Amino acid sequence: MIGAALQALASHWRRHPLQLATLLAGLALATALWSAVQAINAEARASYARATAQIGSGALDVLEAPGGPIPLPRYVALRRAGWQLSPVLEGRARLGDLRVTVLGLDPVTHPPLPAFTAAMKRDAAMLGRMLAQGGMLIAPPDLAAILTDVPGLPKVQVSDSVPPGMVMTDIGVAERLLARPGQIDRLLILPDQPPGLTPLADLAPDLQRRVSRAGTDTARLTDSFHLNLTAFGLLSFAVGLFIVHGTVGLAFEQRRGMVRTLRALGLPLRLLTALMLGELLVLALIGGGLGLVLGYLVAAALLPDVAATLRGLYGAPVAGGLSLRPSWVLGGLVMALAGTGVASAQALWRMVHMPLLSAPGLQAWAQRAARGERRMALAGLGLIGAGGVALVLVPGLVGGFALIAGLMLGAALLLPPALALVLHLGRRLARGPVGDWLWADTRAQLPGIGLALMALLLALAANVGVGTMVSSFRLTFTGWLDQRLVSELYLTARDDAQGEEIARWLAPRSDAVLPIRSGEFTVQSVPVTVYGVVDHPTYSKNWPLLEQTPNAWDRVNAGAAAFINEQLARRAALWSGDRVQLAPGWTLPIAGVYSDYGNPTGQAIVALPALLSHASAVPNRRFGVRLSPEAMPGLMRDLRAAFDLPASALIDQAGLKAQSLAVFDKTFVVTGALNLLTLGVAGFAILTSLLTLWSLRLPQLAPVWALGLTRGTLARLELGRSLLLAALTALLALPLGLALAWVLLAVINVQAFGWRLPMYLFPADWLRLFGLALLAAGLAAALPARRLYRLPPSELLKVFANAR
Amino acid sequence: MRARLALLLLLLAALPAYGQGYAGLGSTAAEGFAVPDPETRLNFPRDHGAHPEFRIEWWYVTANLTGPDGTDYGVQWTLFRSALAPGEAAGWASPQIWMGHAAATTPRHHYFAERLARGGIGQAGVSATPFAAWIDDWQMAGTDFDSLSLTARGAEFAYDLDLIAEGPLVLHGAGGFSVKSADGQASHYYSQPHYRIKGTLTLPSGPVEVTGQGWLDREWSSQPLAADQNGWDWFSLSFDSGARLMGFRLRGARGDFTSGTWIDAEGHATALAPGAFRAEPLDKTEVAGRSLPVRWRVTLPDRGVDVEVAALNPQSWMGTRFAYWEGPVRVSGSHAGRGYLEMTGYE
Repeated sequence: MIGAALQALASHWRRHPLQLATLLAGLALATALWSAVQAINAEARASYARATAQIGSGALDVLEAPGGPIPLPRYVALRRAGWQLSPVLEGRARLGDLRVTVLGLDPVTHPPLPAFTAAMKRDAAMLGRMLAQGGMLIAPPDLAAILTDVPGLPKVQVSDSVPPGMVMTDIGVAERLLARPGQIDRLLILPDQPPGLTPLADLAPDLQRRVSRAGTDTARLTDSFHLNLTAFGLLSFAVGLFIVHGTVGLAFEQRRGMVRTLRALGLPLRLLTALMLGELLVLALIGGGLGLVLGYLVAAALLPDVAATLRGLYGAPVAGGLSLRPSWVLGGLVMALAGTGVASAQALWRMVHMPLLSAPGLQAWAQRAARGERRMALAGLGLIGAGGVALVLVPGLVGGFALIAGLMLGAALLLPPALALVLHLGRRLARGPVGDWLWADTRAQLPGIGLALMALLLALAANVGVGTMVSSFRLTFTGWLDQRLVSELYLTARDDAQGEEIARWLAPRSDAVLPIRSGEFTVQSVPVTVYGVVDHPTYSKNWPLLEQTPNAWDRVNAGAAAFINEQLARRAALWSGDRVQLAPGWTLPIAGVYSDYGNPTGQAIVALPALLSHASAVPNRRFGVRLSPEAMPGLMRDLRAAFDLPASALIDQAGLKAQSLAVFDKTFVVTGALNLLTLGVAGFAILTSLLTLWSLRLPQLAPVWALGLTRGTLARLELGRSLLLAALTALLALPLGLALAWVLLAVINVQAFGWRLPMYLFPADWLRLFGLALLAAGLAAALPARRLYRLPPSELLKVFANAR
Repeated sequence: MRARLALLLLLLAALPAYGQGYAGLGSTAAEGFAVPDPETRLNFPRDHGAHPEFRIEWWYVTANLTGPDGTDYGVQWTLFRSALAPGEAAGWASPQIWMGHAAATTPRHHYFAERLARGGIGQAGVSATPFAAWIDDWQMAGTDFDSLSLTARGAEFAYDLDLIAEGPLVLHGAGGFSVKSADGQASHYYSQPHYRIKGTLTLPSGPVEVTGQGWLDREWSSQPLAADQNGWDWFSLSFDSGARLMGFRLRGARGDFTSGTWIDAEGHATALAPGAFRAEPLDKTEVAGRSLPVRWRVTLPDRGVDVEVAALNPQSWMGTRFAYWEGPVRVSGSHAGRGYLEMTGYE
């Protein structure tokens, strides 16, 4: 009996291979997008964790000098006062053609590090080579392969225990590579300090103690990015499930007769249910498995861009390679199983509760649906309200996403009632019996196609919302770049001495030489970069201020006030007129707040002399140069010749803008890709829904056909109906998408990056999307309409013959 | 002579990889390093300072102290220097590495601490005049070598002691040239065993005013060990008679090698012939997961010495990066007295 039942169940899929493919494709798509995002997140998080472990100081507090390095004698003095500290010097250096992070440590006092320990295990004399004999660079394999061939560098040792893009070395070698002799960036406060030490606050009141930056900051900064990706993955997953729901529903509808026959033959309902559950399980595993493979490929394709974004935007050490991790593989399979369960629950429940002898009743279904619509409308409004409440109760990114989730799901639930209302109004306007029937029949179809339309709504709204956000961002960013990058030429010298020399050389040859100098400070225990600027109209005329107090630039140039960037203003809740403490004993009123879209960290601007009086050792290597554009090519040539500067040390304004925009665009490559995939999945969902309805619709179409409407007319009406529903959905998606864009710009962006962007509208994009939605719906409806057109009249007659 | 510690010092050059086997280090060729020369005449105060052209060097103080209630204490203060390459340079470029060990021993507890530092930056070093040897906040310093103050602190102890020399420096071997093996390994080696000490020892139970006597060893070399030598028992004993005995037993594959110096009550030193000094373990105690002889019979028939040497605290284990046993001892038998014992190489 079981064998026969299994054969009967399997025969359905043999007869409907397209349906089977659709079901598996839906499952695979849902699982693929979800697990791709999870794989990317897992990879990035593993990279952070590895880097934190490899840098090895994640758990230790650090001591820093506001605004600059700690001079070596300070370190020695603190050691001689009994404090157990270990010095770290870190910076970016150009080794050969490569810019890498150089991490200089003192292996003698630093806590054990995987990279050092492993290197010394292989070779007991390693320490000798690291500290003497020209030193040793420990680099990850890809970097080591390149650096080995660079002349003039110390010997390179390969290690898997060094984060990507980083070179670890003795602090004595690092100060040579970074051209920062006698400087220390931070002192690790080692565990197990002897008792009775003079407190650091008394010994070194000018140094600030804070919880270690390594790892924690990366995690905090990038959390928002990963949450963003996860939200997108979840959206794609939900849309994929609509396909599964549609296909499973169709399969179960079509198998009603078979189910009745099997049960009439004596197959117990419980056994049949178990068999069908087993069938779903197998399908879910196959679809999920396919999805995992697909997800791996998608993740592998996207990861290099994501890694580049994370490195560029946050300086997060993420490698571009992807590895299989049990966490996301298992997570993906579980999601596939749970998703199949959720998507099939309704169909299975109906099958179990189907009276043995009753015929399929679409009318009754429609009436049930009308009652359901009221509940859906209430639930939808409730969800939107809950999202709003969540934003108030749970401030921050999670609250923002709760609002989005509530808004999107609530709006999706509101869609069928809203469409029903529109169709109801349409029916009032209808003239003649055909029109009346058309509106009423469309209304009757709503429950069946509702889910697919919800998927379309979500996909379209996400497209409008994210598209508006990205485009607004890009527009703002481009405008901001124009304001911010005013100098015609930007150059970086090898070291401070060369910087001074170049500045002297340039003075008579250009309109102005503007030093770009900054030091690292801490405001409210968050790192803040403080820039010192010279008094020049370049700044006061162009700087993109969001708000300012009277005579703002005069006060800043006089050293009596500071500008802070929007990120710092929002994070620290400091605005114009407030006072900001940049270092112990250095508090300035805030003269204004400027927009800053370069990175998510805090910044402040003060007069250069003010900065230098609090941090004398800030590097003097970068300059902006004002000159007439015609003079530029010649000057660049002369500069290179006079100072033997590498090509990368000089960059003109256009080049720098292009670089910045490239980083920006890369940041949203993933968003765009996921967006497009989601829309594709939604179109697919409509197709499956319409195919599902197709077989159910024959009993309703046959009487209309018998009353005189030709198959051609019916097929056109079917097509028109789909386009109407899609058009209505697209129209409703627009306000939802704009609401989503507003939440993204005003809530999510503020939380994730610390800036709030103005919202711009792009009607041309909406029109394009509207067309795309109609195209998707039209294509999806074309197949069933064509079938109807070609349907032999005998099939329609059979409806009457078979009616029971 | 602390041969084992010399070995450990060489290992300093392989810091995080310690414990992976000592093979071959005893025979490390001394590329570019100065070699101890029997013709060298020690010159003070210059030679109290560092000799960076040699591979290893130390300033090593041990002290037997007594509290007001008669309780015995022991204190150790050591500064080791190990060079990755000969010579000195300013800043991080210096090839010198410094290591400090300090310990305080009571009959029931043994506290120790360790410090590491790079040369060239001033975190650790030694200057001859005025004399100062330091690492972090640990310091041994004075206007000259005869009057020193000695400080160190760890997580559970601290001490601040004044040392006054009451006798002359003692040069070991031939005028401070001390031969260590038949293969010719040697070091420059002198001691100041005549310090009278007064000061404060701070323990978890509180500060204790202490008095007693101290012994300072100075030694530098570049290749202190023969390849087969793998363990060492070193004794510095101060008898109530005023005489002192330094003796060591080197355990090697080719048999034990002993040597030492007899110092009479006036401070005159006599180098002992190889084999004259004898030390045999009496019983062993479980210390830090290994079995160590903490009671010894020490004999020097030439001088009528036949004594039993017993650890004040058998658990005087230095659980530092390079671990060894070092602690105060009581002497009984033909001569009564106190002293220090160092044992290494017991795996």
